[in-house]
Amino acid sequence: MKKELTVFIGATIFGVGLAYSGMTKPEVVLSFLQLNDLGLLILMGTAVLISGLTFFFLSHSGKKAPLTHQKYGIRNYPLDKNIVIGAIIFGIGWGLSGICPGAGFASLGTGNFPVLIAIFGMMIGVTLLKVSTKGKYPLN
Amino acid sequence: MLLPNGIWNYLIGGALIGIGISFIYILTGFITGASSNIDSILSLISNKFSKKHSKYRILLLMGLMLGAFIYTFFTNSWTQTSVAYWRLLIGGIFVGFGTRLGRGCTSGHGICGIASLSKSSFINVIIFVTVAIITANIVKILGVIP
Repeated sequence: MKKELTVFIGATIFGVGLAYSGMTKPEVVLSFLQLNDLGLLILMGTAVLISGLTFFFLSHSGKKAPLTHQKYGIRNYPLDKNIVIGAIIFGIGWGLSGICPGAGFASLGTGNFPVLIAIFGMMIGVTLLKVSTKGKYPLN
Repeated sequence: MLLPNGIWNYLIGGALIGIGISFIYILTGFITGASSNIDSILSLISNKFSKKHSKYRILLLMGLMLGAFIYTFFTNSWTQTSVAYWRLLIGGIFVGFGTRLGRGCTSGHGICGIASLSKSSFINVIIFVTVAIITANIVKILGVIP
């Protein structure tokens, strides 16, 4: 139960951050991508710096997480062509809609209900991926 | 003017995101990412999709919505996007397909992968940001606003 609560509280803080910065609004993301407001670089930089310091020190500490007793790891997938092709396809979608998965879900909490259309689109996209790769993707 | 809205909302928003990710990591060792949540929603509808970690992923998604709701409620800043519906739909399809083929999105590769100094995440992020900038500008030049 503590693990569930931890994920929920952490995600809630994350969600406040997304709404506070305006990243829940596709208009703000598109304004960044059209190079009118580069603030999202500051957002990403700050989030990366704080997460990066936490990841670095804990993954080098040799300690285990108190609630799961699992070793602190980092996120590092082997590079393959699908990581490159996936990035190209995601980039087209992000540039077209201004919505990415995390900000999209958070956006629903701001009463931005048209974003449900994009969430529905994402569900279609993942289903198409599943069908076209005969179930090989998405990976867990 | 490259920062017409200043830096503080971005700095504080980014710090909150980093704190949320760190909070989960410190206590559980879990590394946050949002795109796999789409699989978890689909797993509620069809048993063809993985239920792996789906309890946590759905809690993550509910937390994201609650956090954004709390902020919006107290600041009374409800908004509805005016981005054309076809862009949301087609864009969403590409986002779903691309993030799950590429194994991550803005949070998974963009924040947590870069924070892990992962080479594949750096490459993924450079590509998706560049392609998104090109796409958004093509759409703008074509006169589709917003």
